[in-house]
Amino acid sequence: MNETAGFTAQDSATRISVGDAITPEDLRSSGAATDEETARYALILGDDSLMLAQRLGHWISRAPELEEDIALGNIALDLLGHARFFLTYAGTAWGKTEDDLAYFRDEDEFRSARLVEQDNGDFAKTIARQLIFSFYSHELYSRLVDSADETLAAVADKALKEVAYHQDHSAQWLLRLAGGTEESHQRMQAGLEAVWAYVDELFYDAEPTPKLAEAGIAVLPSTLREPVMSRLTQSIEQAGLSIPEVKGAFGADRSGRFSEQRGFILAEMQVLARQHPGATW
Amino acid sequence: MSTQSPTLHPVEETAATEQISEDARAAADEARVGWERFEQLIAEDKRVEPRDWMPDNYRKTLVRQVSQHAHSEIIGMQPEGNWITRAPSLKRKAVLMAKVQDEAGHGLYLYSAAETLGTPRDELYEQLYTGKAKYSSIFNYPARTWADIGAIGWLVDGAAITNQVPLCRASYGPYGRSMVRICKEESFHQRQGWEILYSLSHGTEEQKQMAQNAVDRFYGPALQMFGPPDDESPNSRQSMAWNIKRFSNDELRQRFVDMIVPQAEALGLRLPDPELKWNEERGHYDYGDLDWDEFFSVVKGNGPLNHQRLAHYRAARDNGAWVREAAAAYAAKQQQTEYDAALLAA
Repeated sequence: MNETAGFTAQDSATRISVGDAITPEDLRSSGAATDEETARYALILGDDSLMLAQRLGHWISRAPELEEDIALGNIALDLLGHARFFLTYAGTAWGKTEDDLAYFRDEDEFRSARLVEQDNGDFAKTIARQLIFSFYSHELYSRLVDSADETLAAVADKALKEVAYHQDHSAQWLLRLAGGTEESHQRMQAGLEAVWAYVDELFYDAEPTPKLAEAGIAVLPSTLREPVMSRLTQSIEQAGLSIPEVKGAFGADRSGRFSEQRGFILAEMQVLARQHPGATW
Repeated sequence: MSTQSPTLHPVEETAATEQISEDARAAADEARVGWERFEQLIAEDKRVEPRDWMPDNYRKTLVRQVSQHAHSEIIGMQPEGNWITRAPSLKRKAVLMAKVQDEAGHGLYLYSAAETLGTPRDELYEQLYTGKAKYSSIFNYPARTWADIGAIGWLVDGAAITNQVPLCRASYGPYGRSMVRICKEESFHQRQGWEILYSLSHGTEEQKQMAQNAVDRFYGPALQMFGPPDDESPNSRQSMAWNIKRFSNDELRQRFVDMIVPQAEALGLRLPDPELKWNEERGHYDYGDLDWDEFFSVVKGNGPLNHQRLAHYRAARDNGAWVREAAAAYAAKQQQTEYDAALLAA
């Protein structure tokens, strides 16, 4: 390599973790390999974060204020980071990379919940979606830190700190939109109504979670329902809004009955990678 | 004075007139002292700070330059932002997101620096919204392929750094200091752009072609980012006299060309300029004429995407108006509640 170029291909331009924090690359090079079932569980966690990161990334340059371009971008980056860890870890069971799993699985192979696939809508809908997901994932990671699986516990430990900020961001906006103007109040209520049917699915005990939960590896989603719903109810009512009277949508089981939106998300996300199979970027 | 001459005017009026002339004299004195101090700061190559006296034109020039730079960061989020959802690997997606987010951050520092000169952010937003303000023309070109993200990072951010490193020493303190941090992040951006191109130019035949096409399209516009040739750049001389600008457009352009030629060789990509060659005598690379008709046409609003970029910005502002109103209304209510509580407690 030509030294006068000033750069080398080994420069760590893409190492975004600060200090000694582990990176997905570290995880991969550590040689850790997980089993099939833990991998399937990690996919559920990774796919949720990936879909939501993809959705939030679209806000950058479109947010209501410059500070929100930054904030939503930060949240998207955190979630993408979580997704990269979980997918990388899952991939160790099958000899696949995070990119194999993100770019070369078809629609029906993803395990994400329909909530995170919902379109951004207006800012209020995005905040409603984020509020629910960040309350859910905060509760989830605060238990996953005690997982018998050391890698899952370490990722949860990192994610928990970040998700605490996401919760705060959504809760602050919930208050502002609910208590701002008549219009913002109505939009915030409408935002909650628009996504509420998809809350249930987050608490479904999809396979192979029950067995892993028994082994102390996974967190059983159904046990998150009470604390998450009680916190959500409290925050929403304190903001002066009401819990939507919307029934859970049928098919809340992270199965093949995914949202219509998933195909569009993947079409956009995967298009370039699939045009050049086998290429490195 | 009034005791010696017979009063033709009522006493009060005289006193008032004297007061006005006193004030005028004091202001003139202050301006003279301020001017001398300003001249001295510039002569000694020291920093001018927000509370220092400064000539109106110095202030105006800075507001124009700093806000144009801020606007460029904001509009510049669009061409790259449009690849966030399609980035070909998760690592690239993360890096690109971080980069576009940095640009929003740069916009923030720069708007803040402009605010220290007395122009509020909302006023600057309005200038961009109405199309009155200018931003870097390069962002009116489309980012068609993934390789464009590499070319923008390497060439566009590279040109920006070449321009901005000397601005870290700009005479206006808040501007110079904001440039220090911006330059650090920009050099990271240039590196990631170069790395994208390196991966492509060492990848498949299609990837290599994609990289070459991107370089072909961005080379000329990137060189034009330094502005018109020195003999056609009316504002440069004054900016240099005020220690805002340190090098002329052509000097900076030459510095940039000298930097990228070996980098292009390392990439294995060709720069699309048949006249590009090393000049032993000058110790620099010679390069061919640039298409200045195209440049001025894009500056005047006829670039490929001028309308789209502005429409995107306007849509974001319009769609977010109710959110900003809500935040302001909420803050006002909170303030009122605190005020009432304080009254009750008193």
